[in-house]
Amino acid sequence: MAILEVKNICKSFGDTEVLKGINFSMDRGEIISVIGSSGSGKTTLLRCINFLETATKGQIYVDGECIFDADYKGKLTASEIRRRQLNFGLVFQSFNLFPQYNVLKNVTLAPRLLAKERPDFKQNKQQIYEEIDRHAEELLDRVGLAEKLDAYPCELSGGQQQRVSIARALALEPKILFFDEPTSALDPEITNEILKVIKSLAQKHMTMIIVTHEIEFAKSVSDRIIFMNEGIVLEDGTPDEVINNPKNERTKAFLSKML
Amino acid sequence: MDKWLSLVDGFQFNLILFFGTIIAAVPLGLIICFCSMSKFKPLSYVSKVFVWIIRGTPLMLQLFVVLYAPGLLLHTPMKSRMTAAFVAFIINYAAYFSEIYRGGIEGIPRGQYEAGQVLGLTKLQVFIRVVLMQVVKRIMAPMSNEIMTLVKDTSLARTIAVAEIMMSAERFSKAGVIWPLFATALFFLAMCGLLTLLFNFIEKKLDYYHA
Repeated sequence: MAILEVKNICKSFGDTEVLKGINFSMDRGEIISVIGSSGSGKTTLLRCINFLETATKGQIYVDGECIFDADYKGKLTASEIRRRQLNFGLVFQSFNLFPQYNVLKNVTLAPRLLAKERPDFKQNKQQIYEEIDRHAEELLDRVGLAEKLDAYPCELSGGQQQRVSIARALALEPKILFFDEPTSALDPEITNEILKVIKSLAQKHMTMIIVTHEIEFAKSVSDRIIFMNEGIVLEDGTPDEVINNPKNERTKAFLSKML
Repeated sequence: MDKWLSLVDGFQFNLILFFGTIIAAVPLGLIICFCSMSKFKPLSYVSKVFVWIIRGTPLMLQLFVVLYAPGLLLHTPMKSRMTAAFVAFIINYAAYFSEIYRGGIEGIPRGQYEAGQVLGLTKLQVFIRVVLMQVVKRIMAPMSNEIMTLVKDTSLARTIAVAEIMMSAERFSKAGVIWPLFATALFFLAMCGLLTLLFNFIEKKLDYYHA
């Protein structure tokens, strides 16, 4: 069964139609890159799936469960929305780390707060917190920041901050990890350190959707590439199909500018 | 010596008014701020008009209004001048604080809220754990300014004949001794000096990060 199914997602801001019916599905362990020029709706699509925007039409399914239906008229409780949201992790273009907390606390804040809702929290508080901290340290080690646990975001380079934010998203063990142009705010020479981390996640079969302008990277890391243009999916296929043999004139024009 | 003691006596009231206003106006300002920022339009409209009126009229006038209006309009005169002074100061400073808070809260980038949201934090958790600490840091400078002004504004209570330090001093000047009136400056200077040290200390404490 598909881990994620996006059906006919539409989104308008006022009179501007940004998404005009997006359909795709993905399997567990699959890596999809979404490419397309600015304003094509890539980021809006990501934000709609992650509940940061409410789509005007369409449905989203995770593991067969409908987690969003624009036609649903009832009101969901905040905690139900939260439960659905936690299927996903999102890495922002601008990192959005919490500046007042050190690296470790940035990663552990959300898991620690969520742990309070566990029924055994009161008895095992100390143990639960220790586990969370240990898990966070492992993740930070994986992204190469074991030495920086006590540093504050303002003391880190952009690339290091972005790696912290990847660890922060992973700490909640999302089913699918989304990247919103994770390297666009970084110097070109730092870009590689993020791409390496994403590649290492790919080797661990993390299910990921990556919105990116790095065509070469998308080609090398993804199982599938989606090309979006003016709010619709123009191409959806293997990197070879989309990058080397695009069907659409618009895709060819875009790629010739990017490559 | 008894002149100094009389000034100290008067200044006690300035201090009570100062601390009373801080204790009540700091949280009240937050409530007014939330009202102004509310998505429920009538509430935010009323709140903004209220802030406009309070900030747009002299505190001295507000003191008179609070003292006399209940008696004139509702036939229930203000029981004490002290109470009137407290009410006027608390309302006035809460309005100013609310605008400082609003500036601080609106200055927090949207990405901070979104990061909290996608990490599964509740709205309250986002506000308390993510936003609040950053707001405190942002508003420290304007708050210290406003609080210093409050120290000196407490002398306005004299206008409704509350026996604060200026009034104590004036009694001597009417009797031909002028220096106590000037000596009041020392009390205000000392208090503001202490506050300056306190705020410098807090700002240093919060200086371990920058956004």
